[in-house]
Amino acid sequence: MSTAPKLTIKDLCVSIDGQEILKGVNLEVKGGEVHAIMGPNGTGKSTLASSLMGHPRYEVTKGEVTLDGQDVLEMGVDERARAGLFLAMQYPAEVSGVTNSDFLRSAINAKRGEGNEISLMKFIRELDKKMELLEMDEKFATRYLNEGFSGGEKKRNEILQMMMLQPRIAILDEIDSGLDIDALKVVAKGVNSMLSPDLGVLIITHYQRLLNYIKPDYVHVFMQGRIVKSGGPELAERLEAEGYDWVKEELGIEDETVGQRV
Amino acid sequence: MSVETRMLFDENVVTEVSKKQQEPEWMLQSRLEALRAAARLPLPQLQKTNIDRWNFTDFNPYKDEAPIKELSELPENIARFLVEQENSGLFIQKNSSVIFQNLSAELADKGIIFTDLATAARDHEELVKVYFMNEGVKRDEHQLTALHAALFSGGIFLYIPRGVEVTVPLQAMFWLSGGKNGMLPHVLLVAEDHSRVDFVANFVSDPDDGGAVSNSVIEAFVGANADVRIATVNTLGESVVDVIYRRSVVDRDGRLEWIVADLSDGRLISDNTSALRGEGGSVNVKAVVLGTGEMRGNVTSYIRHLARNTASEINARSVMKDQASSILNSITKIEKGASKSDGQQSGKVLMLGEKARGDANPILLIDENDVAAGHAASVGRIDPLQLYYLMSRGISRTEAERLIIYGFLDTVLSQIPSEALRKSIHRVIERKFANEKRS
Repeated sequence: MSTAPKLTIKDLCVSIDGQEILKGVNLEVKGGEVHAIMGPNGTGKSTLASSLMGHPRYEVTKGEVTLDGQDVLEMGVDERARAGLFLAMQYPAEVSGVTNSDFLRSAINAKRGEGNEISLMKFIRELDKKMELLEMDEKFATRYLNEGFSGGEKKRNEILQMMMLQPRIAILDEIDSGLDIDALKVVAKGVNSMLSPDLGVLIITHYQRLLNYIKPDYVHVFMQGRIVKSGGPELAERLEAEGYDWVKEELGIEDETVGQRV
Repeated sequence: MSVETRMLFDENVVTEVSKKQQEPEWMLQSRLEALRAAARLPLPQLQKTNIDRWNFTDFNPYKDEAPIKELSELPENIARFLVEQENSGLFIQKNSSVIFQNLSAELADKGIIFTDLATAARDHEELVKVYFMNEGVKRDEHQLTALHAALFSGGIFLYIPRGVEVTVPLQAMFWLSGGKNGMLPHVLLVAEDHSRVDFVANFVSDPDDGGAVSNSVIEAFVGANADVRIATVNTLGESVVDVIYRRSVVDRDGRLEWIVADLSDGRLISDNTSALRGEGGSVNVKAVVLGTGEMRGNVTSYIRHLARNTASEINARSVMKDQASSILNSITKIEKGASKSDGQQSGKVLMLGEKARGDANPILLIDENDVAAGHAASVGRIDPLQLYYLMSRGISRTEAERLIIYGFLDTVLSQIPSEALRKSIHRVIERKFANEKRS
């Protein structure tokens, strides 16, 4: 596709079991840009990621989301993916009996469409190259999807899928959680290798650490189910140094969480 | 209440079936006795499946068919079920008649017998008499075995002499075709001590006009230190009541491997019972059940440990789609005296869609202290989060379900040693999904 990708989120409101979690999110992510959404736990960051992908538990009650002008909310989960949306999940599912490589090939071919399937040779070549970059043992290709993977292995596997599927917009949901520094560097290397005008990235994290390795162009602070403050990379550094209290104070927020009932 | 019992079939019908196959007199008498037993015996008692209204008796018990000279005469939608391209022996029965049989000269020279049961009863009367419906399936277990004993036709006697090893599989196809026809083949497999054999049986029916009842029996006798593998692939259509009783007896240090693919779409009673009679014997059962449409099934794997140091393993997976419903029974029984024995079983059921039903019924019966036994059972539906995950990578719902189902079956399918057989079962499963897509 010739035009640069563009994901637009307008006034997005989302509920779980009738309880509102997202309360009017506005954001635009374009090709070549890296956005980071930061915020303490329980503020709705991951809900945003899951809602964009179409997780069955989340109900969009208001607002709109478009990818390259197409209405994302009207699409099924698989259609969103084929349109170029990718979500690296915080808790990827395990699927017994389905090997990583069979799964990946099915996914690639689903996107390419019937009659245009990737050749087995080309697929293996691509897979080998990318697994090497992510320092993954080649046995991962034949292991069952995420079954028995450690936390770090699952995260690498998510990035591997992203690299194989070449999305237009990639959302990384807490891809750094549970990773040691070496694994973090490898994951960042994978993401950085993908950066280009043809990819927009939205990173969701509550640590600044990852952003030392993947440089964001824009940083957004998420509280009470929406973006409360935006800035450049310097915002992330200040959050790392001083925490979130100054943001809360500045905006007069007492409880930054959302939808948490005792 | 009247004490008089009404015959389910006319005695003349039974006599005619026997005459047409030129059977010895003892076999006719055995049939007539079974017919009388069928009239008084009840249907089998099945766990959690009500079979009272299933059709076991309304069928045409004997239908002659013309033999074929070449395999190319088989219609494509029947020939496609042939598992192995290369056979050292092939046997095809259509309805009541054997329409094709061959055995390589090399195997015949080694003393292997691979022929229809009636011929065997004439030519190898003493052998057949020893094994036929004696220690395996009993005539008077219940109405269905009695009916089989009264009306069986065609069927195979497969005999492997002591020490003879057959490395290329022998294959049989039982083809039920048309209207109200019934098919009642009886397979008798005898592997003498130190022998080895690999046998595949397909039970198929015409896709459009599949007949009414298939009531089949397989009896297998595994001699000391013999090595036997039997695979059954049942793909009978939705009009058919498919009854299959498999019984085997394993002697000292004998090894038996069962591969059971129950893929029929109508009504199904599938029973696979093995007795480990000699010390050191083992049985391994791999079973796959896939029900679609309105299928109703009851599938049992039953192992009896009767001797010391015997081992068994049951691995069964059942997938129920649409409105299909079935029960998966796994029974391991270790009798007193069978010390140092090991019985393991795993039975899992996956249901697709709201209307599919299934249950797993694991049973361990242990009368001996010094044994090892274990079981795993589960019944569940497709995890919506697994579906979401696969679909989030662009895979359609149908394809994602297919991947999950194959994944579920893979623990059993990937263990099937013959690649041809594995592929054949895969093809049948693929077709079942393809049919769904069309409708």
